[in-house]
Amino acid sequence: MHMADALISPVVGGAMWVVTAGVAAYSIGKIKNDLDDKKIPLMGVMGAFVFTAQMINFAIPATGSSGHLGGGLLLSIILGPYAGFLTMASILAIQALFFADGGLLALGCNIFNLGFFTCFIAYPLIYKQIMRKGYSQSRMFSAAILAAVIGLQLGSLSVVLETLFSGKTELPFSTFLLLMQPIHLAIGVVEGLITAAVVGFVWKVCTEIIEKASPGEALGSISMKKVLSGLIVVALFTGAILSWFTSSYPDGLEWSMFKTAGVDELESVGRVHETLGDMQEKIAFLPDYGFKASESWDKIESGQQEEAWPAVSTGTSISGVVGGLMTLILAGIIGMGIRVIKRRGNAGTA
Amino acid sequence: MQVLLKGKLGGAKAPPQIFREQIAVFRRSGYVFLWGLVLHMKDIMKSLYNIRLLDELAEKQTVVHSIHPLAKLLTTMIYLIVVVSFGKYEVAGLLPLIFYPVIIIALAEIPLLPILKRMLLVAPFALGIGAFNPIFDNATMFVLGGFRLSGGWVSFFSITIKLFLALMGTLTLIVTTGMDRLAAALRMLRVPRIFVLQLLLTYRYISLLMEEVARTMQAYSLRAPFHHGVQPGVWGSLAGNLFLRTLQRAQSVYQAMVQRGFIGEYNTGYDSRMTINDTLYLCGWVVFFLTVRFYNIPVFIGSLVTGVGK
Repeated sequence: MHMADALISPVVGGAMWVVTAGVAAYSIGKIKNDLDDKKIPLMGVMGAFVFTAQMINFAIPATGSSGHLGGGLLLSIILGPYAGFLTMASILAIQALFFADGGLLALGCNIFNLGFFTCFIAYPLIYKQIMRKGYSQSRMFSAAILAAVIGLQLGSLSVVLETLFSGKTELPFSTFLLLMQPIHLAIGVVEGLITAAVVGFVWKVCTEIIEKASPGEALGSISMKKVLSGLIVVALFTGAILSWFTSSYPDGLEWSMFKTAGVDELESVGRVHETLGDMQEKIAFLPDYGFKASESWDKIESGQQEEAWPAVSTGTSISGVVGGLMTLILAGIIGMGIRVIKRRGNAGTA
Repeated sequence: MQVLLKGKLGGAKAPPQIFREQIAVFRRSGYVFLWGLVLHMKDIMKSLYNIRLLDELAEKQTVVHSIHPLAKLLTTMIYLIVVVSFGKYEVAGLLPLIFYPVIIIALAEIPLLPILKRMLLVAPFALGIGAFNPIFDNATMFVLGGFRLSGGWVSFFSITIKLFLALMGTLTLIVTTGMDRLAAALRMLRVPRIFVLQLLLTYRYISLLMEEVARTMQAYSLRAPFHHGVQPGVWGSLAGNLFLRTLQRAQSVYQAMVQRGFIGEYNTGYDSRMTINDTLYLCGWVVFFLTVRFYNIPVFIGSLVTGVGK
């Protein structure tokens, strides 16, 4: 469910960074006062535990496949929602940095999708409410499964919305939703079962760990009203900017470029071409009339489809292919060149 | 294993029936042993190996490694923003951005293979989503002679290039900076102490716990040879035992930290300020990124070479 940088737009990525940083700052503020030094190593080691436990394959009976632990719910149950959220954030940051699993720009989205919904919605509103009547094995199992399923459903819905708002995919909303939600229903059930199995075992062996942890009181009780109202303000604010940016222009950066420079990029490139027109004629070593012929066809074609954006242009296409290849070759030569020079330098010093 | 069994147990004379069954069991267990080692240990030990490899690479002494971590972090973030800011149908304009990772990887003497392998492992999800574009977007976008390419394919290529550029950008950051110096950069950006400390501790103990999980999984796979993954009956006890051992370790870690003077602050040991070189590094790359963003250099070069203007 980790989103990659390539699928989000800077506006969505930035907005989710702001929202996630807000939730993280709120969580830090909540745990700062009543956090003893002992909790920090516990959070660190618990983060490492969830990180490594995610690598264990849990066999799912009768399917032949295996599932994994996500860990958000387990962290909330053991550490409380605030510390759980922060721990989840650092796990995802390490995954993004060392395993390239989810990008750095998409990190805000990923922390929100995988941390916020489990720690701040599923845990306090479902798990804790069901467990209020006291611990029993069956109650804990149903609470964990329900909480994990709802947490993951909200998370995957959020993935769908963030991806669609970014506008990089052509997948229609309903198709994407139909692809994501059922898969995450199954993943949620497995997540709930694994979490419940771990909590159940720890309860049997060492009841006080769960007893002490489950009320989460040591880390402050949660005020959903504050969290939600804060989030709504941030979401509305960023949403307003988002829609303003995306309504008329392909993306925000192009809009700002247009605003500041007064020209858009194709025009300026066109002017450069015009100035260097004569030079082109002289230095062109791959002139081909075929391109020009198809260009005239292309003009008719683009004339018929004036509304289409960006317009189809053979000239740009061929220039792009040739120039692109030359760029890549040049990058390769520079990379190899630096390596050869460095190797010679190292050999010289050795 | 098969060679070993044949060599030691298979002779000119066929062994009696009773031995044949034992040999078959032995052979099967041998395969399963290897399979268990390969499958269960593979992921975890591979990840551990990868983390250690990246750690080692981050310790190199090259010109890129010596750049201030804050300059590298900011450069990477701006790079990523520029990469994803390109329009969904942009392909050629993106390509010059490859100069950044290529130059950094070459200057920092980073082996290319592990970076490429890592990228290929994580690519499928994003590419899977992108692969729907050619199905839903059929309008012609690219024409070359008689060859036409739909907008869906163009946007799919764009996603693929963006994915690889972003992955390379991120991996180059960690490979040339390392976790400790990156944490120092985060502190300089005023990221709260608790979070940075927690992030570093998580990172530190991942290697430690991975070894433990790998050992547990190895023990499990040897005792339950024909099972694919941990069976539901022992989900709780296996992961739960690991959890309890982790808690115990957290306590001893805390005691050890207190004995060494831990007062809630983690010293990253990196306190230098950005020099002119660091600022030049940052500004130089930013100017390059913005130039690439606002001028389609490949199309420009291509039009110069082919003589086809726009």
